[in-house]
Amino acid sequence: MAEILHYTFIQNALLAAIMVSIISGIIGSLVLVNRMTFLTGGIAHSSYGGIGIAIYFGLPIFLGATLFAIASAILIAYISFKERHRLDIFIGLVWAVGMAIGVIFVDLTPGYNVDLISYLFGSILAVSKEDLLFMGVLLLATLLFIHRYYKEILAVSYDSEYASLRGINAKLFFSLILIFSALAVVVAIKVVGLILVIALMSIPTYIAEQLSSSLYKMMLLAALLSTLFTLVGLLLSYNFDLSSGASIILTAATALLLFIIVRKILH
Amino acid sequence: MSLKEGIEREILLEVKNLYFTYDKEPVLKDINFQLYQGDFFTITGPNGGGKSTLIKLILGLLPLQRGEIKKSNLIKEPIEIGYVPQNTNINLEFPISVIDVVMMGNGKKHNSIKSFFKIGYSQMEIECAKQSLARVGMQEYLYSKISHLSGGQRQRVMIARAICSHPHLLILDEPTSSIDIQGQKEIYKLLKELNREITILVVTHDLTVISHYSNRVLYVNQSGFLHNLHNNRYKVDANSHFCEVELMEKLGAQNG
Repeated sequence: MAEILHYTFIQNALLAAIMVSIISGIIGSLVLVNRMTFLTGGIAHSSYGGIGIAIYFGLPIFLGATLFAIASAILIAYISFKERHRLDIFIGLVWAVGMAIGVIFVDLTPGYNVDLISYLFGSILAVSKEDLLFMGVLLLATLLFIHRYYKEILAVSYDSEYASLRGINAKLFFSLILIFSALAVVVAIKVVGLILVIALMSIPTYIAEQLSSSLYKMMLLAALLSTLFTLVGLLLSYNFDLSSGASIILTAATALLLFIIVRKILH
Repeated sequence: MSLKEGIEREILLEVKNLYFTYDKEPVLKDINFQLYQGDFFTITGPNGGGKSTLIKLILGLLPLQRGEIKKSNLIKEPIEIGYVPQNTNINLEFPISVIDVVMMGNGKKHNSIKSFFKIGYSQMEIECAKQSLARVGMQEYLYSKISHLSGGQRQRVMIARAICSHPHLLILDEPTSSIDIQGQKEIYKLLKELNREITILVVTHDLTVISHYSNRVLYVNQSGFLHNLHNNRYKVDANSHFCEVELMEKLGAQNG
């Protein structure tokens, strides 16, 4: 068992898993308390459009996905300010149109037959040095953002109307949280793929929310749980030769089920 | 209200010819009233009559379309008006403790290099939160999770948040609509106490508040009608039951 840790690609995979888990624990907490799960789902799926375009033009795929996801986040933020009560329809549109753009651009790419499944379900063993750098920078940016603006983020998330009465730009912070969630989605695609990213961002955070008396405790606990589920999932996927993304999500889902049962028994 | 009373007290807020339209539907039509310092002012009227809209216009949460809202220097800054919104029972699962909620009332802090390295609240901030909570009788709950409190307790925390910045005016939108009878009475008692120092503007349907605590009432149903309540005229025992039925009976008795 221990000898596999000597392989560079395993080391990279573990490092990526830990960084992405921490990011998704923190940003996932913000997404959950702001009830943005569906919005983030829209961003995650639409980012496939960016992947398709990047493949077609021969650009770095991470870059394409990132730019596209940020654009989707800004669009969704704009729609949620303008068309609050019809938001679900527009999110569904962004979700589907993004994916459709991706599919068409991949179709148009001559001779392209890379395994699409790796984007849909993750490919953690193929994490590159550049990916790791990107994840590291995003982790640092996330920590700085939370540390610097914790009170503002807390106020906007809990009661945005009151926050704006106290001079906090609620729309700006709402948009920033969405943009960070877009970035978290892009790095999480590497680990669990875009289909499963919402589960990674919402299962550990849901458990953490129930057990925490403050937002920062929730973020810490969610990051820890997320890391735990990801590492256990990876171990299972290695031992039984299963897909890593799916193993991680099923590990998390099993933990959630146990959590719900234990909670029922205790109450 | 006697004329004398009006002259002695300073006008805190003056609403003049206020109109508001939402989606081409008129919500408010020609609202006029003055709020004096020390008032316990009630806004009442049917659901959808424009009460909350009026409050949001005063707070600046909605843009002014037509008319005037003049604020005295005492309440020029947003931080000088405390606000307790309607429906404080939403977002109940949110992981937030009482101190976090109360500190929201203090508003934006100056961000400096020093504050960047600071984690958590300063001793001074904690003292301020404790003081506000002590005024509403909730000081023991400083670190409780908000979802573990009862509806009445949660409403007290929201009042503590609103008075944390020592405002001159406290605005409450249906503060007792979702709490039990005992909790409601306690909230009114608390507001009565706070009214010694803070002017209160409250939206409510509750006749007990109108008859027992308010000195002036604005009935809003698109347009407004102002009632100055004379002392002791309809005064009823706050602990007894009082609703439209008793009101009709009293009015009937007077006519008969």
